Amino acid sequence: MTSLLQVEDVTKCFFGFTALSNVSLDVAVGERIGLIGPNGSGKTTLINCISGVLKIDTGSILFQGDDISALATYRRAKAGMARTFQIPMPFRSMSVVDNLMIPLEYIVHGLIDMANEGSVYSEAHELLRRVRLADRMNARAGELSQVELRKLELARAIAARPKLLVCDEAMAGLAAKEVSEILDILLELNSTGITIIMVEHIMQAVMRFSQRIVCLSAGRIICDGLPEETMSNPEVRRAYLGN
Amino acid sequence: MKINSIPFWAAAILLPACAYFLPAWGLNEYYLYVGYVVLQYVVLATAWNILGGYAGYVNFGTGAFFGVGAYAALVLFMKFNAPLPVQIAGAAAIGALLGLGAGLLTLRLKGIFFSIATIAAAIIIETFVLNWRYVGGASGMQIIRPAVPLGFETYTRMLLVVMTILAVVSIIVARFIEKSWLGRGLRAVRDAEVAAECSGVPTLKLKLLACAISGALMAAAGAPLPLYSSFIEPHSVFSLNYSVMALAMAVVGGMSSWLGPVLGAILIASSQQFAASASPELHLFIVGALLVFFVIAAPDGLVGLLQRVGRMTARMTGMQNVRPKWRS
Amino acid sequence: MLSIELLLEALVFGALVGCFYAAVSIGLSIAFGLLDVPHIAHAAFLVLAAYMTYLLGTYGFDPLVAALLILVPFFFLGAIVYRFYYEAFEKRGADTGVRGIAFFFGVAFMVQVFLSMTFGLDQRNVSAPYIGTSLGIGEMRIPWRLIVALCVAVGLTVGLRLYLLRTFQGRAIRAVAHDAWALRIIGADPVRTKQWAFGIATAATAIGGALLAIISPVEPSLDRVYIGRTFCVVVLAGLGSMSGTLAAGIILGVTESIVLTMFGASWAPAVAFGLLLLVLGIRPQGLFGR
Repeated sequence: MTSLLQVEDVTKCFFGFTALSNVSLDVAVGERIGLIGPNGSGKTTLINCISGVLKIDTGSILFQGDDISALATYRRAKAGMARTFQIPMPFRSMSVVDNLMIPLEYIVHGLIDMANEGSVYSEAHELLRRVRLADRMNARAGELSQVELRKLELARAIAARPKLLVCDEAMAGLAAKEVSEILDILLELNSTGITIIMVEHIMQAVMRFSQRIVCLSAGRIICDGLPEETMSNPEVRRAYLGN
Repeated sequence: MKINSIPFWAAAILLPACAYFLPAWGLNEYYLYVGYVVLQYVVLATAWNILGGYAGYVNFGTGAFFGVGAYAALVLFMKFNAPLPVQIAGAAAIGALLGLGAGLLTLRLKGIFFSIATIAAAIIIETFVLNWRYVGGASGMQIIRPAVPLGFETYTRMLLVVMTILAVVSIIVARFIEKSWLGRGLRAVRDAEVAAECSGVPTLKLKLLACAISGALMAAAGAPLPLYSSFIEPHSVFSLNYSVMALAMAVVGGMSSWLGPVLGAILIASSQQFAASASPELHLFIVGALLVFFVIAAPDGLVGLLQRVGRMTARMTGMQNVRPKWRS
Repeated sequence: MLSIELLLEALVFGALVGCFYAAVSIGLSIAFGLLDVPHIAHAAFLVLAAYMTYLLGTYGFDPLVAALLILVPFFFLGAIVYRFYYEAFEKRGADTGVRGIAFFFGVAFMVQVFLSMTFGLDQRNVSAPYIGTSLGIGEMRIPWRLIVALCVAVGLTVGLRLYLLRTFQGRAIRAVAHDAWALRIIGADPVRTKQWAFGIATAATAIGGALLAIISPVEPSLDRVYIGRTFCVVVLAGLGSMSGTLAAGIILGVTESIVLTMFGASWAPAVAFGLLLLVLGIRPQGLFGR
């Protein structure tokens, strides 16, 4: 299988505190990876390093074979990397559909001129339909409910037609039915070819979703393998439950 | 990118024409002075809003850019005897560079550091100018105006037309930005900068662009000042008052639209001119109070209030906007 | 050429004044460094306190006594301003960036104009037995007012540091800077904690204002200069570091003093701002920042 993302021996420190220590991860095209670990283990830091929000101290990150370690975040987005945020960050003052116009305009279509507006508009509508948010198309993003916000995050992320989607706790705080909804959307997205890394605490979701589970603890990867293996790994249990 | 609004362009052409012809019909010179000042603030407030309202980065150094524009024009006049259009262009160029510089230094940090840096830049520049003997230092510089160009009767009339044109230009620029890809990107930066970056928006580049444009317009507003008052002196030109006024005008008028700064400027600047004889300091205090009040109680400014009234009337009279507007 | 005596004098004066700068910046270190409030109005409150000290001085009160008198009113001023800021902006999240900054700028401006309307633009002086006299040490004469300022400054810094480290309220304040949620779990109300902290910061600023009146003549435009100095100290120290404030203050004081000696007084106000820009450009987390 071809490799899409290669994180090689990455270390990240914050003023003496080591958030990530020699982290290596190989993600193949089309894979569904679950990333787990207790709070503070470095999951969000890893995502921030992959998406470019943080600069890594040592090591390198390769995307589709190219070294992107020094590449600016927006360029990584243009190269096909998308992510959602642990606490949703919509563009609150804009309508739901306008939120999607940003990636559509800046990544997919280039600066939209008036003539093309209509077709891009229907593309945005279609995206909203895929995440089952089409009925809230013209609502102001600041007025959405929690689960709607998470759907909007997903819609905005996939608007850019990414090759890799990283979801940071996309289901946190949702009810069981809503978790199922989001999970179905993610599985459907993966079936269309998008590689997905899912960071999550909800174990049933992780188990159902992942082909492979990676566990982080105190900035190190302590296990990387099939779901059943990882979950029965004693170190993983120790990391979550303590000694 | 078409801006297809006939009333807008009609006004854009009519206004400078009015500025040219009205004085000839016997309008008191005093009103020409007032007009100049009000239009100057229209430029300043509009320029401020491009960075402050659209992108969310609060510039406290409007006075610095304004002052730099005035002194750039002065130096161009003193050294090269440059005509006014060249002075304005030169001032705008320097303003753009200054905006770029301030941006490069601080736009990677949190918003408030940018704001503090703008104050810092203002004071440092003012200190330089205070110590620069070529332009008169602290005691300022007297200017001997050349003859008035053909077609104008007095300097005041000519400068009024010039400032009207600058105001129209700045509004055109602001409106274009607002409705274009740049405006959408800036709004994304203001709402959620990291998310914007992850959605493909080159946030630093857009912010730097907004800084440069904003700085250029502010400096351009200051360029005609030496000719307008025949005397230029650092303390009044680099004054913090310009910074507060521009900020207050944008907040009071409404930061999300080009119309807001225009309304705010007209309201506050004209009231200032008419209060000037009574108590200028009280007026300043009221401006500060208005700023605080609007920022708390009416964050969308006068434009926001008008929009709300418009929506309420539409609902009451049963008129609904059927076509889904996807432009916010 | 700079003689050794001049340099030494500049260093000593600079260090003393630097301690004073640290004292007037402590309030900002708490409000902005710990609580993350964009407190542009800090310098304005400082100058306000200085004027209050002057006013009480006209009734015969020694500046240090005046400091104690205005302590409590300023505490409440801080608590009220923070509550206002919280209700109007912080609570509503998101779009508060511009509005919060603009709010404090407006408040600062209102204070400045109010002061110039009430007291005029002339410089105001306070008098006390230790103002105008100096102590001779070897070849140098050190003004007593600087020594008084130094003592108060050190006392203030040490006192606040002990408060933040040893008392429950103090530790709660440091905790809320890190994690408001954790604070809720142990039963302390983050908002009230922040309000209390802001009140303390403003009270510290009141003392700083009295020191300001002692050290130099007071005029409304001091606001602008001290925005530079206080933010320079806080940023140089590093946000969240209270102990760094003293070191940062001394660095600023000495730098200003040397520039003053070598280039003259007209460049002095720009030093703090220049140093601030330098720090922001090269090492934004300051000397000891988190």
